[in-house]
Amino acid sequence: MIGLEPLNTLAGLMFAAFAASHAADRNNRWRWRSAVFWGCFALLLLAGTWLPHLASGALVLVMVFVSTIGLKPGADTTTSQAQREASAGRLRDRLFLPALTIPVVTLLGTIFLPKFSWGGAPLVDAKQVTLVSLAVGAAIALLFALRLTRVHLPVAAKEGRRLVDAIGWAAVLPQMLAALGAIFAAAGMGKVVAGLVTTYMPMNLPLVAVVVYTTGMALFTIIMGNAFAAFPVMTAGIGLPLIVGRFGGDPVIMSALGMLSGFCGTLLTPMAANFNIVPAAVLELPDRHAVIKVQAPTAFVLLIANTALMAAFVFHR
Amino acid sequence: MLVLSGIAVVVIGFALRINPLLVVTLAGLVTGLAAGLDPPAVVALLGKAFVDNRFIAIAWLVLPVIGVLERGGIRERARALILRFKGATAGRVLTFYFLARQLASTMGLTSLGGHVQMVRPLIAPMAEAAAARVAPLDNQTRDTIRANAAAVDNIALFFGEDVFIAIGSILLIRGFLAQFRIDAAPMSLAVWAIPTAVLAFVVHAARLWLLDRRMARRRA
Repeated sequence: MIGLEPLNTLAGLMFAAFAASHAADRNNRWRWRSAVFWGCFALLLLAGTWLPHLASGALVLVMVFVSTIGLKPGADTTTSQAQREASAGRLRDRLFLPALTIPVVTLLGTIFLPKFSWGGAPLVDAKQVTLVSLAVGAAIALLFALRLTRVHLPVAAKEGRRLVDAIGWAAVLPQMLAALGAIFAAAGMGKVVAGLVTTYMPMNLPLVAVVVYTTGMALFTIIMGNAFAAFPVMTAGIGLPLIVGRFGGDPVIMSALGMLSGFCGTLLTPMAANFNIVPAAVLELPDRHAVIKVQAPTAFVLLIANTALMAAFVFHR
Repeated sequence: MLVLSGIAVVVIGFALRINPLLVVTLAGLVTGLAAGLDPPAVVALLGKAFVDNRFIAIAWLVLPVIGVLERGGIRERARALILRFKGATAGRVLTFYFLARQLASTMGLTSLGGHVQMVRPLIAPMAEAAAARVAPLDNQTRDTIRANAAAVDNIALFFGEDVFIAIGSILLIRGFLAQFRIDAAPMSLAVWAIPTAVLAFVVHAARLWLLDRRMARRRA
């Protein structure tokens, strides 16, 4: 059965190639910083399953140290503007096909891969079908793109390195935040926050309970970076006992709008790094909070709207 | 109460704009120590939690193909393509992408999009080219357009996917309510995501229209 392990290995090999490319970059005085950073990351992806946890933790600390003093990647070489214009003129709309191959293969994979089996067991782990499909889509698209633009695999490693250098440490941040979420959960953070909110809020009115629940969802999501982490805490702490229990609200309407209130929080927080910080790096924006600033007005309007919708409809059965 | 010190580290660290990777790591270490673990156990906990979340790195497998396509001129081609549409502006390009991304998400097609796969090689260059037709782009305007392109990808996804009955958040709500013996039909949860979805489009399309006006006025 194909699960996550082969995919981790594939991603590990890719980052190992980036690290090797940095190590060989003799023109850059600081080449070892990038080489060590991506090398440690590659090692964690390749060997994380059987490394002792303490050793994994030490590798993570090395990465954090190197990124704190600055990665300083060497210059990345690619085609010139004129070469790209000429290539775009020659290949025209065919250039879009490999890019569209990724979502199409991902989609087909999520539909059809679960139907295949190998020796009685499913071919692909049902829980990982989307990620497996994405990896297959990326691989097929890469072969397609290499053929189309008539270059070989080492060029793909070089171009991939160019993008990962532009993104830098932000590429690792979502994973580090997920790790922080796990540590928060292990330390019992959710219960403490829910206790604080319910102890200090006067909630004798249905409307106050609704406002505290929706803004609490947004605020807790801002802290945790993830509405999925906030939902159980806020709903068990405030939603079900007060809005449903005391005031007789509809749990379905409350939950649906509560989750959407959490999503408003996701738009506002650097803790949701893969949505907010990584794209700023991917698009090479100097202000790492630029995306959050654009999203904020829409997020506030939608949070107020969700609160109003809940206040208007949750108590009418 | 001591476990909240981790949150304090995050808030202060982000406010002072210290390297987020360092801030998050320190927050994890502080939280672990506050929960009564000894230092090696905290480092091991950090290592285990990081390794347990390796699946997040798999999405980066798209980097090489996007890099190769950029080398082959995909961004230049995206710019040329949008210039064929006479009425295209940055705001209109992004509004169209919002609609497409949101509608695809309501049907569960959340993989049609993404910052690395779609926004960087295609959507941002198209919006930039549409705006550059009026006057050359200065860096600030270009960055504003790019930030808006990234925001559209997020907002359209978040307020589209919940209309689809088999998406993660709907399943999470269902599973959670089931623990309390409340049966929530996926359909009724999804229906209550529709008003916010429509409003998200209206509000954000209006803001993109204002963005067009603001850029036009600034460069007039």
